[in-house]
Amino acid sequence: MKQIVVISGKGGTGKTVLSGSLAALANNKIMVDCDVDAADLHLLLHPKVKERHEFKSGQTALIDRKLCKRCGKCIPVCRFGAIKDDFTIERFSCEGCGLCSLICPHKAIRMEEDVAGEWFVSDTQYGPFVHAKLGIAEENSGKLVAKIRQIAKEIAEKKALDYVIIDGPPGIGCPVIASLSGVDCALIVTEPTLSGLHDAQRVREVAKHFNISVNLVVNKYDLNLGIAEKIEAFCREQGIPVLGRIAFDKKIVEALVKGKTVVEHISSPVAEEIKNIWEQLKS
Amino acid sequence: MIISIASGKGGTGKTTVAVNLALSLKNIQLLDCDVEEPNAHLFIQPRIKEELKAYIPVPEVNEAKCNYCGKCREVCAYHAIAVLPGNECKKGNVLIFPHLCHGCGACSLLCPQSAIKEVNKEIGVIEIGEKDNIQFVHGCLNIGEAMSPPLIRQVKKYINPTRTVIIDAPPGTSCPVITAVKGSDFCVLVTEPTPFGLNDLILAVEVLRKLQIPFGVFINRSDIGDGKVDNYCEEENIPILMKIPFSREIAVSYSEGVPIVKKDSLYQDKFINMYINICTIINEANSRH
Repeated sequence: MKQIVVISGKGGTGKTVLSGSLAALANNKIMVDCDVDAADLHLLLHPKVKERHEFKSGQTALIDRKLCKRCGKCIPVCRFGAIKDDFTIERFSCEGCGLCSLICPHKAIRMEEDVAGEWFVSDTQYGPFVHAKLGIAEENSGKLVAKIRQIAKEIAEKKALDYVIIDGPPGIGCPVIASLSGVDCALIVTEPTLSGLHDAQRVREVAKHFNISVNLVVNKYDLNLGIAEKIEAFCREQGIPVLGRIAFDKKIVEALVKGKTVVEHISSPVAEEIKNIWEQLKS
Repeated sequence: MIISIASGKGGTGKTTVAVNLALSLKNIQLLDCDVEEPNAHLFIQPRIKEELKAYIPVPEVNEAKCNYCGKCREVCAYHAIAVLPGNECKKGNVLIFPHLCHGCGACSLLCPQSAIKEVNKEIGVIEIGEKDNIQFVHGCLNIGEAMSPPLIRQVKKYINPTRTVIIDAPPGTSCPVITAVKGSDFCVLVTEPTPFGLNDLILAVEVLRKLQIPFGVFINRSDIGDGKVDNYCEEENIPILMKIPFSREIAVSYSEGVPIVKKDSLYQDKFINMYINICTIINEANSRH
């Protein structure tokens, strides 16, 4: 079983569009959407949810007004500025460390477990799909990513699947690290812009830091051939295989609007290029 | 006044809006709070005058004082400390996992032996500079570092209240975004008229409603996709602040790090109008309270 993650650094370079096409092309696999705070892959895969689970993680402080003597000891110890002058908790600032509840002389503060989101196991026409929805303004996205990856891996082992294909989040922080850890390879999707190049270099450094081998795809490569060449030069220098160059094509947006994967919706060179990318990636 | 620029979905044009708005107005401070992937500097090219390392406090154990009682492990909500008690033949040991530490200070404050002090761990850098009349601050998270909110909070300490502050936020709907937009007077949500754009816009709207920050929508590449973002905004009574159609010319100038207001001064007027519109919305919201 091979685990492949699609990442980008910069958002909006085409991770989910490409992941959707991989879902249509790869056989005997499970799909995972690890962009848990802005998940979109379900809009292409149209899952039928079979299992729905609460994701409990982290805690938030709660002050009991009856027990609180307003002594003020909790306010200065909170590093997150989450206790307001009127002795209420600002939920979005509380990181759940519990220090306030430990030092409160009147035992007026208790910690409540958060429901930080939900995760789902679904059926799609492309096979099984594990996805999640982080609660609005919740934290612990990295832990939710780790959870759904573990579930996907278990299903893949049980069903003897060949691939776990992961649609990753943008950035380089905790959900990205959780998406990358322990995969067999990462596919970086970037675009020929200075931002795309800059961010691809940073996310590649993260992959390197965790000893993950990377491949790269330049999406919308013909929007700026000069920068596309710079990206390829960087890849040559660093020994990163460039698996493909996808042209800018408004039909990709058309497919998206229709909720269809690119390889099924259009038969342009773009679809051929994506098929070619998958052929290289699977070998 | 603080205006933050956010979006659920990445790559919709947050940095484009932040940079062009900053270049269109006077007396601006631009804060790039997308510390995982900061890009505004590529467009502004500020002269960096100061570079400061950013740290979070992590525990360090003084083995001479520690009696391996395990209190620190017990109080750490993030499982960042493990304690191996000693016996007659072997000394105990305390293991610290700094990447899990949130720097809450519980362990050092509650250690009965006062054996824990906090030391600084570098998580990134903050750079401060300027370009023409724009004051510029950004944070850049170190590679391999998981937690961006502490760095975002430190970047926001440089907010200059005498200026109009524009915050370029990270994508998503979780803690980094909340940390970046919290305390703003207004938030511009940038989206594109596709199912992905709409799905993530709806999530971002929920975040801002929870935070009670007034907001409006900016539709980028407004002529590719469908009309569902427009319909949604109308139904939800959300103001559409501005639209930019797709053009290869704009895409190419973006790719090279050239802001559109520098190519086409008409856009400067549009961004100024958006700003005036934002001020009106904020004033109306304030007068209702």
